[in-house]
Amino acid sequence: MQNIQLHIDSDGVAIASIDVAGRTMNVFTPELTADLAHLVAKVKADDNIRGVVICSNKDNAFIAGADLMDFVQSYDKGLSNRECAELVEPASEALRALEQLGKPVAVAINGLALGGGFELCLACHYRVLVKHPKAVVGLPEVTIGLLPGGGGTQRLPRLIGIPKALPLLLSGKHVSGDEALALGMVDALADADQVVEVARQWVLNNPEWHVPWDQRGFKVPGGVGAMAGHSMDSFGIGIAKLRGQTQDNYPAPIAIMKAVYEGTMVPLDRALKIERGYFGQLLGGPVARNLMRTMFVNRGAARKLENRPAHIAKHPVQKLGVLGAGMMGAGIAQVSAQASIDVVMLDTTSEQAAAGKENISKSLSHAVQKGRIDQASVDALLARIHTTADFADLAGCDFVVEAVFEDRGVKAEAYKNTLEGLGKQVEGFVMASNTSTLPVSSLAEGWATPEEFIGVHFFSPVDRMPIVEIIRGAKTSDHALARAMDFVAQLRKIPIVVNDSPGFYTSRIFCAYIDEGMAMLHEGVMPAVIENAGKQAGFATPPLAVTDEVSLDLQQRVINQSAADGLDDKFLRLHAVPVVEKMNALGRLGRKTGGGFYQFEPGQPKRLWPGLAEHFVATPQQPPLADVKNRLLYIQALESARCVEEGVVIASADGDLGSILALGYPTWTGGTLSFIETVGPAAFVAECDRLADLYGERFRPSAWLRERATERSVFY
Amino acid sequence: MNDVFIYDHVRTPRGKGRPDGALHSITPVQLAATVLSALKERNNINPDDIEDVGLGVVMPIGEQGADLTRSALLAAGYGEGVSGYQINRFCTSALDTVKLGYGLIASGQADACIGGGVESMSRVRIGCDGGAAYTDPTIGEQFPYIPNGVCADTMAALDGFSREEVDAYAVESQRRADAAQSKGYFGRSIVPVRDPFGDVVLAKDEALRPGTTAEDLANLKPAFTFFGDAGYNAIVQQRYPELESIEHIHSSGSSSGIVDGACAVLLGSGNYGERNNLKPRARIVATATCASEPLLSLGGPIPVTDKVLARAGLSIDDIDLFEVNEAFAVVPMRYMKHFGVPHDRMNVCGGAIALGHPLGATGAIILGTVLDELERRELSRALVTLCAAEGQATAVIIERV
Repeated sequence: MQNIQLHIDSDGVAIASIDVAGRTMNVFTPELTADLAHLVAKVKADDNIRGVVICSNKDNAFIAGADLMDFVQSYDKGLSNRECAELVEPASEALRALEQLGKPVAVAINGLALGGGFELCLACHYRVLVKHPKAVVGLPEVTIGLLPGGGGTQRLPRLIGIPKALPLLLSGKHVSGDEALALGMVDALADADQVVEVARQWVLNNPEWHVPWDQRGFKVPGGVGAMAGHSMDSFGIGIAKLRGQTQDNYPAPIAIMKAVYEGTMVPLDRALKIERGYFGQLLGGPVARNLMRTMFVNRGAARKLENRPAHIAKHPVQKLGVLGAGMMGAGIAQVSAQASIDVVMLDTTSEQAAAGKENISKSLSHAVQKGRIDQASVDALLARIHTTADFADLAGCDFVVEAVFEDRGVKAEAYKNTLEGLGKQVEGFVMASNTSTLPVSSLAEGWATPEEFIGVHFFSPVDRMPIVEIIRGAKTSDHALARAMDFVAQLRKIPIVVNDSPGFYTSRIFCAYIDEGMAMLHEGVMPAVIENAGKQAGFATPPLAVTDEVSLDLQQRVINQSAADGLDDKFLRLHAVPVVEKMNALGRLGRKTGGGFYQFEPGQPKRLWPGLAEHFVATPQQPPLADVKNRLLYIQALESARCVEEGVVIASADGDLGSILALGYPTWTGGTLSFIETVGPAAFVAECDRLADLYGERFRPSAWLRERATERSVFY
Repeated sequence: MNDVFIYDHVRTPRGKGRPDGALHSITPVQLAATVLSALKERNNINPDDIEDVGLGVVMPIGEQGADLTRSALLAAGYGEGVSGYQINRFCTSALDTVKLGYGLIASGQADACIGGGVESMSRVRIGCDGGAAYTDPTIGEQFPYIPNGVCADTMAALDGFSREEVDAYAVESQRRADAAQSKGYFGRSIVPVRDPFGDVVLAKDEALRPGTTAEDLANLKPAFTFFGDAGYNAIVQQRYPELESIEHIHSSGSSSGIVDGACAVLLGSGNYGERNNLKPRARIVATATCASEPLLSLGGPIPVTDKVLARAGLSIDDIDLFEVNEAFAVVPMRYMKHFGVPHDRMNVCGGAIALGHPLGATGAIILGTVLDELERRELSRALVTLCAAEGQATAVIIERV
C-alpha cells in the first residue's frame, strides 16, 4: 500500500495513516481507493487485529476531496452517464467494504475533510474531529455541479436525518467543529494530540459494533418518503425553493434531492446504486464540466496569473497614482489602499479630490457598521490615500491609473500633466487608463512611451466586482502587461487579458445583451417576457433592468461617439437605437432619474413602468419563450466567438470568466464560449441561422465559426 | 343508452373543520353512514337493487382509508350484500361517483347506484396523505403540485382581477348563503347529524359568516404569499412569463372553508323508479371530465364545460343555473367572465366560500343544491362543475323531468 501506512499497536488496533503519494495534501485518488480495499482485506484476514483507526499522515488536512482534474474531462471525453457512474463505483464499493469490515472502525479527522474525504469518514463507525478552526467537514460537491458519489447522499441522512442532511447537501456548506458535533456529523471533538487516542479508545470499547443502517428495523431519524412529517417541507416546498433559485438551470441540487428521497427508502446497497446513477447523469452532462472548468480550474489559473509573461520579473505596485476622484477613481483608490498600496488620488481641485476620499470613508463606515471590516483597518486604509490637485504629487508613483471623464481631450490633457508632474519616472513605470470605451491604442499615442501604456478596465462597484479587464494596445509591451496583471493580483482580483478593439471584449458583449433586450421591446415583445426570460435563463440581471442601471443617456452618448468615429454599422447598435432614442426623448434615463424601463418608488420593489405598453405596443402573438431566452444567450455567445475570431479575446478561459464575473452571464453555461460547446457547435450554428432568419442578420454565424462547427470543442 | 335519473340526495350540514367544530367528534364513517342511512330510509331503498356505491374521499388514509364506503354501508344497515368503493380525484371526487354511477346505469350494467362523498377535514388533515405529486422530486422537477391558492392568485393575475373584486365576490357568497339558509332552501336535503345518544350535534351549516363586509375581508392577510415566495411563483412564471409578478390577493375570506360533511345521491334507471314507486327529480343529460394545464391547476372548469355542452348538444345559454365550485373566488369569476354568464345564474345559494368545501363530498353537495334550486325556481337545466387539482375538472348537466 503506497498511500496508507499500517501500524498495529500492542492492543491490536490497526492505525491506518493515509499519506497519498506525491501530493502535498491528501486527495481521494483511484490509488487510495485500491489501498483502502487492500486495508480491508488485510484487517479482515488478521485475527490479531481488533479494529481500525484511520487517520492522516499529512498535518495540513485529512482529505480535501477528489481531484477535480479526474472529473473535469469526463464530459469532453464523451463518457456515457453509465461510464461516469462507473468511475465512482470502486470508491463507493471500497467504502462499503470498509463499513462492513466486521470490526470497529473509527476515524481521527486531523484537519479538513471534504467531499470524498468526508464520505470516507461517514463510512467509518465513529468520527473524532480535531478542535481547530480550519478543521471543517462537509460535502461541497453541489458547488461543482456534482453530488457525493461515495455514499454521502445516503449515509448523512441515515446518520442525522433528512431535515438536517438535505440543507448541508444542497448548500455544500463547510461545517466547523462545534456545529458538526451538534449536527451529529461527527461524534466527538478532541485536541490535536488526542484525536487518534480518542478514536483508538472507542475501537477498544466497542468490539461488537454493528452498522446501524444494516440492522433490521433501522429507521432514518425523522422518517423517509412521502409520509414523513418533514416531507412536505423537505421535498415539496424544498423543490419549489430549489427551482425558484436555480430556474432549472442547475441539475445537481435536484439530483441530490432525488437521490435522498429515493435512496433513503431502500436498503443501503440499493441506495448507493441509485446515488451513483444520479452522479453519472451529472458528470455525464455539461453543467458540471462548465462549473468545474470555468469556476474552479480556469478561475484558479487566472488568479495565479498563469498567462502572465513569465520572463518579466514580478514588480508589485508600491505607490499608485489615481487620476480622477469620481466613482471609479475612488473605488480604485479604495481597493488599492486596502491592498496596502500607497495612493495619490488627484482631481481637478483639491476639494473634489477630498470629496472622493470622503465617499470612500462613507462607504467604509457602512462596512464597519455591518461588521465587514474593523475601524482600525479603515483608519489605516484611509491614511494610505493622499488627495491632491497637484500633478507634482504624483512623483514617485510607479503606476498610474487614469479614471477621468470618457473624453479624448480630457484624457490627453491629463496625460500631459501627468508626464510633467511625474518628472523623472520610477524604473518600470506604467501608465494605465480605466477607459471602458475609448480604444487604448489611440489613447496610448497621448503618452510618451505607448509601449508602457495599457488599459485596466474596472467594473462598478469596484470593491465588489471580482475581475478586471486588461486591454493590450497595439504597442503595449509584455512588461506593461505583466505589471498590470501583478497590480490586479495585488487587489486580489482576477485579471483577464484582451486585445484592443471598440468596446474591447466585455463592453462589446454587454451591449449585445442590452441591445437585444431593447430590440425585442421594439419588436413588440412584452417587457415582462423579456425580463422573465433573462431571469429564467440565469442572467444575474435581466436586460432592461441592467440598462436602467447603466443609464440610457450613456447608451446614446456611446452610439453618438461611435457614429462620430465613423465605426462600422455593426458598432452602431442600429436595432437598439429606436428604443434608446425614445427613452431619451421621454427623459426616462434609468435609475438615476428615478425611472427608465422600471419605475423606482422609495420603499417599494421596482416595477416595470406601465407606460412601456403605450410606447412599445406588444404584439398579440408573443414569440416562444425559448426564442426570447435564446436571443439573449446566443447573441452574447456569438459576439464572444467573433471576439475570438478577431483576436480580441486571446484565451478562451478569459472570455468565459469575463462573461460570468464581469457581466453576470449565467454561471451554468461556464461562460459565453463554453455555452457554445454546451449546446454543441453544430447545433449552435444551426440555431444562430434560425435566429438570423427570424430576427436579424446579426445572428448569422461567420464563415470562421461555421468551419469549426464540426468539432466538439472549438475553444478549448 | 338508458336514461339515468336522480331520485334523491341528502347531505349532512357542514361543520367547521376544526377541533371546536360541531362534527369533530363524529368519525368520517359515521358521517357517511348518516347520509347513506337517511337516503335508504327516505326512499325505502331495497339494498338488492343497488349495484354499487361510490364515495369520494380526498384524504383516503387513516380512518378515511381502507375503502371507507364498504364500512359505512355495513354501519348504515344496507346488510351484507352491497358493495362500495372510494375514489380520489381531488375536489371532483363526489361528482365523479355520480358520473360513474351514471355510466353503469346508462350502459345497462346497473339499475341503481349511489354516489356521494365524505370528508372529515377536522380529523384527517388536508395534505396528510402523502403523494408523489407533493414530494417526489422527479415529479416536482416538471409538474409539481402547485399550492391551489398560488394557482388562484395566478389566474386572477392573468385575468386582471383585483383584491377588491375577489373580496366583493366573497361578500356576495356569504350574503347568498345566509339568505338561502335563513329561508330554509337547504332544508330538504340536510339530515341532522346525531351522536350515539341520538342527540343532534349539528342541524345546519355552521361555517357561514353572515354580515361579512368588504371592510372585514380587506383586513385579512393574503393567504398564499409564503408559498408564492417560496418558489412556486417562479415555477408558474416559467409557464406564464407575461406576468412580471403574481400578486397574492386571495385570503381565507375569499377561499373555500375547511369543513366536515358528507353527501349521498340516489341514481337509477326509469324502470328502477317505476318498480319502487319513486319519482325521478332530474335526468342526467351529459357528463364530462377533462384535464388541462397542470400548473394552473384550477383552470379545468372552462374546457370541461365546452366539452360537456358539446356532448349534450347544448349551448351556454341553454343552462339556467350554474354551480361552479368556489374553491377560490377567482374560479367562478373567471368562468363568468369567459362564458358571459351573469352572476344571478351562478352559485345562487352561495358556495364553498361561505358554506365550506368538504373535499370529497362537495361535488355531490352542489349537485343537490342546484337541483333543489331548479325545483324551487321551476327552472329546467343546471350545469355543475368543479376544478380538481393539477388541471382536472368534471362537469355534469342535469335537467328536471
